[in-house]
Amino acid sequence: MKIGIPKEIYPGEKRVATTPEAAEQLIKLGFSVSIESEAGLAANIPDEAYQAVGVEVIANRNDLWQQSDIILKVRAPMHRPAMDINEYELLPENGYLISFIWPAQNEFTMKRLVAKNATVLAMDCIPRISRAQKMDALSSMANIIGYRAIVEASQYFKRFFTGQITAAGKIPPAKVLVIGAGVAGLAAIGAAKSMGAIVRAFDTRPEVKEQIESMDAEFLMLDFKEDGSGTGGYAKTMSPEFIAAEMALFAEQAKEVDIIVTTALIPGKPAPKLITEDMVASMKPGSVIVDLAAEQGGNCELTEQNKQVVKHDVTIIGFTDLPSRLANQSSQLYATNLRHLLTELCPKKDGLLNINMDDEVIRGATVIKEGKVTWPAPAPTISAKPVAKKPEAIIKKPDQPEQSTSSIIIKQLITALTCGLVLFGVGAFAPESFMAHFTVFVLACFVGYQVIWNVTPALHTPLMSVTNAISGIIVIGAILQVSATTGIVSILAGLAILIASINIAGGFLVTRRMLDMFRK
Amino acid sequence: MSHSLVTMAYIVAIILFILSLSGLSNQESSRRGNYFGMLGMAIAIIATALSASVTAYSILIVAVLIGGSIGARAAFKVAMTQMPELVAIMHSLVGLAAVLVGYANFMDQSAASTLAGSEKIIHEIEIYAGILIGAITCSGSVIAFCKLSEKISGKPLLLPARHWLNLCLLIATIVLGFTYLNQIDNGQGTLSFLYLDGGGALPLVIMTLIALLFGIHMVMAIGGADMPVVVSMLNSYSGWAAAATGFMLNNDLLIVTGALVGSSGAILSYIMCHAMNRNFISVIAGGFGSGTTGEAAVVEGEVQAINADDTAKLLLSAKNIVIIPGYGMAVAQAQHTVNDITKLLRSKGKKVRFAIHPVAGRMPGHMNVLLAEAKVPYDIVFEMDEINEDFPNVDVSIVIGANDIVNPSALDDPNSPIAGMPVIECWKGETTIVLKRSMASGYAGVGNPLFVLENSRMLFGDANASMQAVLKALRD
Repeated sequence: MKIGIPKEIYPGEKRVATTPEAAEQLIKLGFSVSIESEAGLAANIPDEAYQAVGVEVIANRNDLWQQSDIILKVRAPMHRPAMDINEYELLPENGYLISFIWPAQNEFTMKRLVAKNATVLAMDCIPRISRAQKMDALSSMANIIGYRAIVEASQYFKRFFTGQITAAGKIPPAKVLVIGAGVAGLAAIGAAKSMGAIVRAFDTRPEVKEQIESMDAEFLMLDFKEDGSGTGGYAKTMSPEFIAAEMALFAEQAKEVDIIVTTALIPGKPAPKLITEDMVASMKPGSVIVDLAAEQGGNCELTEQNKQVVKHDVTIIGFTDLPSRLANQSSQLYATNLRHLLTELCPKKDGLLNINMDDEVIRGATVIKEGKVTWPAPAPTISAKPVAKKPEAIIKKPDQPEQSTSSIIIKQLITALTCGLVLFGVGAFAPESFMAHFTVFVLACFVGYQVIWNVTPALHTPLMSVTNAISGIIVIGAILQVSATTGIVSILAGLAILIASINIAGGFLVTRRMLDMFRK
Repeated sequence: MSHSLVTMAYIVAIILFILSLSGLSNQESSRRGNYFGMLGMAIAIIATALSASVTAYSILIVAVLIGGSIGARAAFKVAMTQMPELVAIMHSLVGLAAVLVGYANFMDQSAASTLAGSEKIIHEIEIYAGILIGAITCSGSVIAFCKLSEKISGKPLLLPARHWLNLCLLIATIVLGFTYLNQIDNGQGTLSFLYLDGGGALPLVIMTLIALLFGIHMVMAIGGADMPVVVSMLNSYSGWAAAATGFMLNNDLLIVTGALVGSSGAILSYIMCHAMNRNFISVIAGGFGSGTTGEAAVVEGEVQAINADDTAKLLLSAKNIVIIPGYGMAVAQAQHTVNDITKLLRSKGKKVRFAIHPVAGRMPGHMNVLLAEAKVPYDIVFEMDEINEDFPNVDVSIVIGANDIVNPSALDDPNSPIAGMPVIECWKGETTIVLKRSMASGYAGVGNPLFVLENSRMLFGDANASMQAVLKALRD
């Protein structure tokens, strides 16, 4: 089938849905790929780079849409009268579309796509289960957003992030509060931390505490028992009491911290208002708020979408185009996510799409199938909670139940008694000549014990081969018998000499060969 | 040579043997130790050959020359990956020699006729015990050899009621022993058609057959990964067989040497069992996992594959690298490629080390020998205990053809069949790359949660081919 990638028309959108690397993989899957001329230009990917890997570059937008069976996009289709482009109309009847859709917020888009009898897979609806991580564009974009949030904040924050003690005086480190420790939040924590700031983070889901602390940030505990984990790795709406306690915490923190990054989102709902105007007013002059939920209405009351405003001497950033500010790399990650999804959709590598609704990931992503709305998919069953148990606790040996000391003593006594009896028996009956040999034997065992414990484990194989050679000493026994008067005894002894000689020669020589290899 | 002079030569030989073993305490002195051993052996053989009782020099010299040349040829031809097989087959030779010497002694009536009373009984017991141990060592080692060289399956053969079978064989051996002693005195049970004219020959032959059977059954019941224990146990037996022969012949040199070898093998067996957190009896009794109760946790999750190019990139961006080889490296003969990669990475200023689990491979120290063969300097090869604590500082660990020895469930899943076994804790490092042929479980049949951990990457394919691809990518 033919894949087409149009140029994005959303204002300020610089990403492109495929890169030359990803396109190469798509062609290997059996698809043919074409791209609208200059689609990658904003992400610093020239048309020639696509052509070099066998992608057809089509200059005319309409041709591209009409010729393609599958359209890959970043943003959901839209109607932009200013440019006289209506992507809903351009999409062919019965066509396939894969892009971000946000079906909950974009009812109108959904209707137009249904009217086209299209099959639509939404990148934002891919279930957040571990198997689907490689296709999870929300995570890969959130990672970029979180990083960029700190970079943006640093533009407007007129102070150091890291603390310094100089001859000219002391500079305190900046304090950053991150609300919501999802992928974006964690990325923001990492970026702020690496710039030297003191980072605190808050999340309603207690299981992320470990993740936050693993990034060396401080987890702000709320003394309140309620688990905010919803399904699919998202947070759910909390009880009013919890929210009150939460707001009190934020109010207190706002007076102290210099930068706040908010990332709180609840799927399918407007973003919760967490930072009130009063809190903004209580912040130190020159502070910065980066509101990553601006697209869904913002976590801060004063946020203005797509703008940077200064209110109460606090800069509030409401940009929604953060991924486009790292257009090349976000395109790269997004294209890889798409490529993984297409690999799942095309298991036979024959260039044909197979929308297998029994597959949990594909089922979740498919929001419209052949003109029928299949969204929302049944809820995923597995929460993306980290495994609670970590392989750190060393367990007791299971086959050795704890024994009481008395039973151990009894056991030792029995062993000692048995040994004593055996030795007594041997001593009582054995003749003197035997005892002399026995003495030698026991002493030799002890010498062997002492000597062998000193052998370094690396030389255990040479040890075995050299002891092998030494145990060929049995040849002495055979030599002593080889001169016996009976012919058969001589033959047996001769045979024994032969065999033992193999051992002696083989053992010593192979040991020498091995030891010669051990070099510094 | 007078008797005293021979004895003095034996004492010198004993001292040289002890020096030989103690020389193995480190790599520098080990070569010298090996020469001490050779010297000791030469002195012992020459002194014995020159002693008054030896006259049949033609047989002696021919046998020594033939045997020696076969042994030398084997020593030069064997590949280092086949060392376990060579060691196993050589154990069987010692066992066979002990059996032959025992029979020769039994048939040589002149030796026994001078003894009487309890001395004679003890002498007969010594013959009996010497043949018994020799026969078990012989057949057991042959089976171990077949298992190691994959002539027969490495899976444990678990007969129903095998413990009872073993017990029956043991009782039969003891009963036959008493019959043997009785018949010796009465002159019954001769097998003249086998030239066994002395009394008690029949029980002796039956016992030999039972011992051979016992050796076969014992090793058949032990699985491939327990082979390090089996090989060192058979090493120990071959020593005890020599010691028993020494008692039989009233020869202190044999007794001392046998005891040295016997205790060496016993200690190695102990170390191996300890490294697997299993007691000796349960390894010898065979089977696996009989001591645990409850279901072992099922491993869930998805593995993340990686290709050679990305592996090379990871290695190039790492500073601290640890390589963990296992039996799979020996199978794939990947040690030379691994060394090339090591050299390349070290020349780029990276810290590359090897972590060796005591039971990695099929015999004690197997991995060390393979790495030494590939000319990996031994001062960057570390034991598990030396390196385990350092894993949090490691950027990339590469697991080559190992499974159970890097299985985290040994530490955190009490129901796992390998629970409590000390393992190399590579998952504490930044990233672990696991080279594997496919997603099959290891010998123990235990799923390995390491493979699905977030910081693990699987590099599928033949270990040597994968390593070569990585090497190529590193050079580009």
